Amino acid sequence: MPLVQEIDYGTKQIAAATMVTLTIDGHAVTVPEGTSIMRAAMEHGTKIPKLCATDSLDSFGSCRMCLVEIEGRAGTPASCTTLVAPGMKVRTTTDKLRKLRKGVMELYISDHPLDCLTCSANGNCELQDTAGEVGLREVRYGYEGENHLEAVVDGSNPYFQFDSSKCIVCSRCVRACEEVQGTFALTIQGRGFDSKVSAGMGESFLGSECVSCGACVQACPTATLMEKSVVEIGQPEHSVVTTCAYCGVGCSFKAEMRGDTVVRMVPWKDGKANHGHSCVKGRFAWGYANHPDRILNPMVRAKTTDPWREVTWDEAIAHVASEFKRIQASYGKGAIGVITSSRCTSEETYLVQKLARAGFGNNNTDTCARVCHSPTGYGLGKTFGTSAGTQNFDSVEHSDVIVVIGANPTDGHPVFASRMKKRLRAGAKLIVIDPRRIDLVRTPHVEAAYHLPLRPGTNVAMLTSLAHVIVTEGLVDTAFVTERCDAEAFADWAAFVAEPRNSPEALQSATGVDPALVRGAARLFATGSNGAIYYGLGVTEHSQGSTAVMAIANLAMATGNIGRVGVGVNPLRGQNNVQGACDMGSFPHELPGYRHVSGPAVRAIYEKEWGVTLDPEPGLRIPNMLDAAVEGTFRGLYVQGEDIAQSDPDTKHVAAGLAAMECLVVHDLFLNETANYAHVFLPGSTFLEKDGTFINAERRINRVREVVAPRAGLADWEVTQAIANAMGYKMDYAHPSEIMDEIARTTPTFAGVNYGKLEMGAVQWPCNDAAPDGTPIMHESGFVRGMGNFVITEYVPTDEKIGPRFPLLLTTGRILSQYNVGAQTRRTSNVVWHPEDVLEIHPHDAEQRGVKDGDWVRLASRAGETTLRAAVTERVAPGVVYTTFHHPVTQANVVTTEFSDWATNCPEYKVTAVQISPSNGPSAWQDDYSQMAAQSRRIETVPAK
Amino acid sequence: MSPEDKLAYMANQIGRFFASQKHDDAVAQIEDHLRKFWDPRMRASILAHLDTVTLDPPVRSAVERLRPAA
Repeated sequence: MPLVQEIDYGTKQIAAATMVTLTIDGHAVTVPEGTSIMRAAMEHGTKIPKLCATDSLDSFGSCRMCLVEIEGRAGTPASCTTLVAPGMKVRTTTDKLRKLRKGVMELYISDHPLDCLTCSANGNCELQDTAGEVGLREVRYGYEGENHLEAVVDGSNPYFQFDSSKCIVCSRCVRACEEVQGTFALTIQGRGFDSKVSAGMGESFLGSECVSCGACVQACPTATLMEKSVVEIGQPEHSVVTTCAYCGVGCSFKAEMRGDTVVRMVPWKDGKANHGHSCVKGRFAWGYANHPDRILNPMVRAKTTDPWREVTWDEAIAHVASEFKRIQASYGKGAIGVITSSRCTSEETYLVQKLARAGFGNNNTDTCARVCHSPTGYGLGKTFGTSAGTQNFDSVEHSDVIVVIGANPTDGHPVFASRMKKRLRAGAKLIVIDPRRIDLVRTPHVEAAYHLPLRPGTNVAMLTSLAHVIVTEGLVDTAFVTERCDAEAFADWAAFVAEPRNSPEALQSATGVDPALVRGAARLFATGSNGAIYYGLGVTEHSQGSTAVMAIANLAMATGNIGRVGVGVNPLRGQNNVQGACDMGSFPHELPGYRHVSGPAVRAIYEKEWGVTLDPEPGLRIPNMLDAAVEGTFRGLYVQGEDIAQSDPDTKHVAAGLAAMECLVVHDLFLNETANYAHVFLPGSTFLEKDGTFINAERRINRVREVVAPRAGLADWEVTQAIANAMGYKMDYAHPSEIMDEIARTTPTFAGVNYGKLEMGAVQWPCNDAAPDGTPIMHESGFVRGMGNFVITEYVPTDEKIGPRFPLLLTTGRILSQYNVGAQTRRTSNVVWHPEDVLEIHPHDAEQRGVKDGDWVRLASRAGETTLRAAVTERVAPGVVYTTFHHPVTQANVVTTEFSDWATNCPEYKVTAVQISPSNGPSAWQDDYSQMAAQSRRIETVPAK
Repeated sequence: MSPEDKLAYMANQIGRFFASQKHDDAVAQIEDHLRKFWDPRMRASILAHLDTVTLDPPVRSAVERLRPAA
């Protein structure tokens, strides 16, 4: 397919009810009021030459190329900054304009290298194009005058270079950094002829506060800011639109290719989640797809102490089927199971859970959402009736008060964070509820109205005390509650939260937050017009994760902030397809579409479709699988695309469970930590090799398209199908679209979805006869469950308590440049920003322990200990420490405990009592583990014949 | 924590939530949750250790209801 060339209209699209008709070059043109002349012309096929204008940015009017003449007006105004008017008569090409444009272009070119043939932008350079458009044939000023041609190239960033000699100082990069990304890392330094683009205070790009989102590179009209991959490979010749495989924002990208080589990933302007923006991961961190660590052949071994032996696909699949059948014969039908992955497509996860239910005859299927957003499923299901965020991402543009609780969007969901910051810069108020002083609390041109730095583990106390203020101060939206919610449940809840013991003053001893701040935040949220709540794993990964989700839903209902644009409850999903994996029935208790397995009517749908009798009992969840493995009743597991040995809590217990398996099958890109305990390794496909869908945090079903063929020979869904067939359960799909057709046939919320429809544009479920174009905003006229259900949220302190042995609270999270267990991002140049996990510790706590910034420290809990370097910072409060889990060398989950959410078993990652002490090197566990991992990854060398 | 103590701990967590809800039959709600979210072998295991594990009163009552009919 050809290179997707998006039209640049020069200025932004305007949505206005009033239309204006004008004449451009003699043709009548009608556009919305407020549209620029430049855009009006382009929409009707006339391209006015331009350099500083691009339609992702506000008009700037500096380059003087887009001048036009307007009848009855003096001068030659810039068409990018001049708006249309009724009856206006515009001329875009006159002798006067031609002369002016050519003159300006001469000035640009007189200080520009004439190396077009060897320039990396050759064939894709707006300066070159514009010179052609204005008919430039000579530069009367010559090339010998004062110039910038000797400027040194800044190659510090691993992904793009900055060649100032080619810069025309159009400020598009500076404006993109401000307007699109909101980082304000770039500026124009100097004045007049000395003006030049500068990162930070004259620093290198890598040394500045640049976050490598790529917005500046995309905005640059020349080769000044250019991807190093384009410099090395050349311009792409075709492209495929697909979906990023990192976080739950689900950005659309054009994979721009030369042959079967990816030249670059460029955010797609028509992507409904990202609207042409990107972050450092999606834009640049895709090199892992070709990393030498990729395993491309199936491998088996009898014992985990043996080296791996490469085999054919047939032998590997036959071995898996034989072992799984043997285990079921020996230990029972329920002795094997599967784990699906949020990193895989919806079709792939659907097939894996089907393998368990129809092929294995049990419901032992779980997914990595167990350890992240399973409480969202439970909590929103109980209160609203379905497990999903209520809004689309665009909704934030209409929010007046934004609550961010237990989420760090600038690191975890950076593209959405940029949109949120833009709304905040436009005047929306921000309330941050987080133990850490996350970047959003104070970032350029954004400052939270309230930061409630609560103690880890006290979300429910905080949310209930906010509700206390709303109820006792008469701030409830009574009309909404009366019309939309269950009256008895509301009365019970209101009486509960109004109890004095739930006041901010009474709960201060738990939360540690000044009650005046809590009251102020509650008043702001309840009275600030459109209030939207965004939350993340800082809410769910607690022993009361599900209760906290319900408390958030209560707050939204009580203030009437549900069912329209600008409001809502918005779980920020961690991985790319958490929503899809959950939608597809990956949990052991429910079939696709969140319908419990105990329901005979629902089972009947699948029994008819699949031709088997289904088990009406729930299966094992991941932690239960590991417990059962240790106890001896669970012996075989197929893990697709997950690394539970690194991501799941209480590593020693996970390792014991995995080591107890008789047949552990890991289906992945790399020999990950879980594979250290595996007997079969099946090579998987990257997102560039997949065909299917990812469903993002706004329920949007985005197509993932195969950019290159699966490097290991089989797509992941084909591998699952082969296992099913070898086990004796027939599957014969020819393409993932057939899997989606089956999903649509059996799942009411997907009834209207098919690949043909998705080719017309990504839709948000529910998509069916009632909503053929999908559902951007949920619960508009009523909740899925009927009346909204208020739930009492009694605060129960976690049993993970600090004491003399472990006096600090550890909370964990992630950072911008790394993703989840780091299997992908650690195999890219993103390691320059985060080469190792570090422990954030407050200066007071550090001083007490004699710890200095950069020191090795021992991090110990009752579960285990590890060592890592300290980062002394006031981002964490005294008594709280923080780290990430991106590096297996650190194994942060050695320290986390077995405590979990009461409803879902989602681990309590966010609260672990720990002690910190100076250390001089890795712990015994780390040494032993490193040796074991090295031994386990040996691959048998086949002797030459 | 032994496997049965871990199950008892989880059951008591569930019990604390449902006991706090007004107008709901806590025992029935706890039983319903255990039936809907616990694999049968987990339910069988806690029943098998009913005499030795520490359960809050409504949780104990709910677990007893899990016993298969004779």
